[in-house]
Amino acid sequence: MTLDSVLFYVLAALILASSILTITRRNVVYAAVWLVNTLVGVAGIFLLRGAEFLAGVQVIVYIGGIMVLFLFVIMLVSGHDEAVQRRFSNQKWPALAGAVAVCGMLSVIVLRGVGSLDHPGMPEAPPIGSITENSQQVGQVLFSQYLLPFELASILLLVAIIGAIVMSKTRNRATEG
Amino acid sequence: MMEVTTSHYVVLSTLLLLVGIVGILTRRNILVLLMSVELMLNAVNINLAAFSASLQQVHGQVFSIFVITVAAAEAAVGLGILIALFRNKQAIHADEIDLLRW
Repeated sequence: MTLDSVLFYVLAALILASSILTITRRNVVYAAVWLVNTLVGVAGIFLLRGAEFLAGVQVIVYIGGIMVLFLFVIMLVSGHDEAVQRRFSNQKWPALAGAVAVCGMLSVIVLRGVGSLDHPGMPEAPPIGSITENSQQVGQVLFSQYLLPFELASILLLVAIIGAIVMSKTRNRATEG
Repeated sequence: MMEVTTSHYVVLSTLLLLVGIVGILTRRNILVLLMSVELMLNAVNINLAAFSASLQQVHGQVFSIFVITVAAAEAAVGLGILIALFRNKQAIHADEIDLLRW
């Protein structure tokens, strides 16, 4: 068993355990911390696949940005009544049945398809190069072939920022009147 | 133990997607629902990175960056909606929000 296999299984166990804990914890802050754990595991998977730039983006944007935003909002809206609140919705058993059905269909599709992914002609994972090399490749493709989507993504972010500000700002007149 | 191949990554990403689906269907707290969406988007990213490596091309990683961008925008807007909702209805549970207007 090579080091790559050991790392993969360790990271996969970390990701799955942390994600299950994320959706089962009663306290939302604990759920957020387990989600951070999951995201770290996914960043490790990116490193394992030679996507160093993506791993960096994952840590900086997801863990540094999105999860901090989540924690801020948790502190803004969360009461102290989680201990007495129900965690799961009323229709949790039908929902679980539906999820298991989706699980079955996806598993059938994936298990039928995975054999064809690993035909011998396909090159194996490239050796992990230096970080600058991977970033250089990503940057070149991003700024030549995907320049228009890149600019559209920046517009999307701008719209999202404005939308978030407009929706979450207080309207004094509305609260007074 | 066998060697880790692309299919291992696909199976891992399927399992992560399923955890996200179960979370989004069964939980009540909207914050946990948004976290489940992040889990599902991460499952997609694992797939993209795995295929990007197995095809020796960097396009999958570029697409992953776009997915992360959209996830950031989604989280910002979703949490903004949640704050507005909490301010108006004091509700952070999905099954308490069953009116189109109030």
